[in-house]
Amino acid sequence: MVIYGVALLSFCMLLGIILGEFLGRLFGIDANIGGIGIAMLLLIFLSERLKKSFTLGDITEKGITFWSMIYIPIVVAMASKQNVLGAIDGGLIALLSGGIAVLLSFLLIPVLSKIKK
Amino acid sequence: MDIFEIISTVLSKNGLITSFVFVGCIVWFSYFLSNKLTQGKFHGSAIAILLGLIFAYLGGTYTGGKQGVADIGLLSGVGLLGGAMLRDFAIVATAYGVKLDDLKASGIAGISSLFIGVTLSFFVGAIVAIIFGYTDAASIATIGAGTVTFVVGPVTGSALGASSEVIALSIAAGLVKSILVMIGTPLLAKYIGLNNPNSAMIFGGLMGTNSGVAAGLAAVDPKLVPYGAMTATFYTGLGCLLAPSILFLIIELVY
Repeated sequence: MVIYGVALLSFCMLLGIILGEFLGRLFGIDANIGGIGIAMLLLIFLSERLKKSFTLGDITEKGITFWSMIYIPIVVAMASKQNVLGAIDGGLIALLSGGIAVLLSFLLIPVLSKIKK
Repeated sequence: MDIFEIISTVLSKNGLITSFVFVGCIVWFSYFLSNKLTQGKFHGSAIAILLGLIFAYLGGTYTGGKQGVADIGLLSGVGLLGGAMLRDFAIVATAYGVKLDDLKASGIAGISSLFIGVTLSFFVGAIVAIIFGYTDAASIATIGAGTVTFVVGPVTGSALGASSEVIALSIAAGLVKSILVMIGTPLLAKYIGLNNPNSAMIFGGLMGTNSGVAAGLAAVDPKLVPYGAMTATFYTGLGCLLAPSILFLIIELVY
C-alpha cells in the first residue's frame, strides 16, 4: 500500500522535528536543532530495519520515492518564492557580507575534503 | 460572467494544483533551453532554479511583497509547494536509500565543517559591519549572525536587543547568502570537487542555508542532496546556539 510508505516518511519527519525542538529547548534556544537531519537518520534506520524483518513492498517504497523525485520541482517552487528583492534592497553591507561568506566557504570545500582523506 | 474571471477564480481556488502546472512549465522550458543552448552541459534544474529566482524578483517588484510569485493571487499555491513543510518532507524522502556507512565516513569532516562554517560566516559579517562603521557589539554580532543564516540573524538580534533596522539588514545578508549559494553552486561545483557524498556533507556544513544547499545540490546532482542536507540541518541550530553566546562575547571582548 502506497500510504504505508508515505506514512512512514511522515512519521519520521514529525518525530525528527519533535526531537529537534526538544534539543533546542535543552540548549535554551528557540530553534530546531537538526530536526530534519534526525528525521533522515530515522528513515534510513527504520527502512533498513523493516527490510530485514519483512519486505517493504514495491508500492510502499513508491510512497517514499515519489516525494524524493518531486524534490526538484519543490525546490524550483521554493526559488520562485524567495525574497530576491529584499536581498538586493539590503544594500552594500548585505551584499558584501553574504557574498564574501559564500566565496570563502566555497574555497574551503576542497581544503576540508582533503583533510578527511 | 466574464470568462477570464471564471478561469482566474478556478486557478486561485486550486492554488496547489495551479502551482504544479506553473512549476512543470518552468522545468520543461528549462530542460528545453539546457538541451538546445548548452547541449545539456548546464543542468536543466539549475536553469529552472535561476528562472524561479528571476520570477521571484519580478513578483516582488510587482506586488511589493516578500514571497516572490507566491504573493500574486493566482500563484499563491507556489508558496505551499515551495514552503518549508513540503521542502523538508522531500528532503527527508531523499534520505531513503542512503548508506549509513557513507554518512559515518564523513561524520567528523561534516561536524568540523559545521563549526568552521558558522564561525567563518559570523566573522565575515561582523568585519563588514565594523568596516561600515558599526561600533556597538550587539549590532555587529547581529549582522554577523544574519550572515550565518537569515534565521540566526533575527534570533540573535532580538536576544541582544539590536535595533529593527539592524535585524532587517541581517536578514538581507542571509538572503544574499542563500541566493548566491543557489546560483553559485552549479557554476563552481566542478572546480571545488563537489561530486561525492563527502564533499557534499562538507558543503552542507559550510554553507548551512537550507534553501541554498537544497537548491544548489539539486542543480548539481540530486543524489548528493541527502548528504548536504544532513549537515545543513544542524547549521541554523548551531548558529542560534553560538552567535548570541560565545561569538557575541568575542565581539564584546574586542569592543
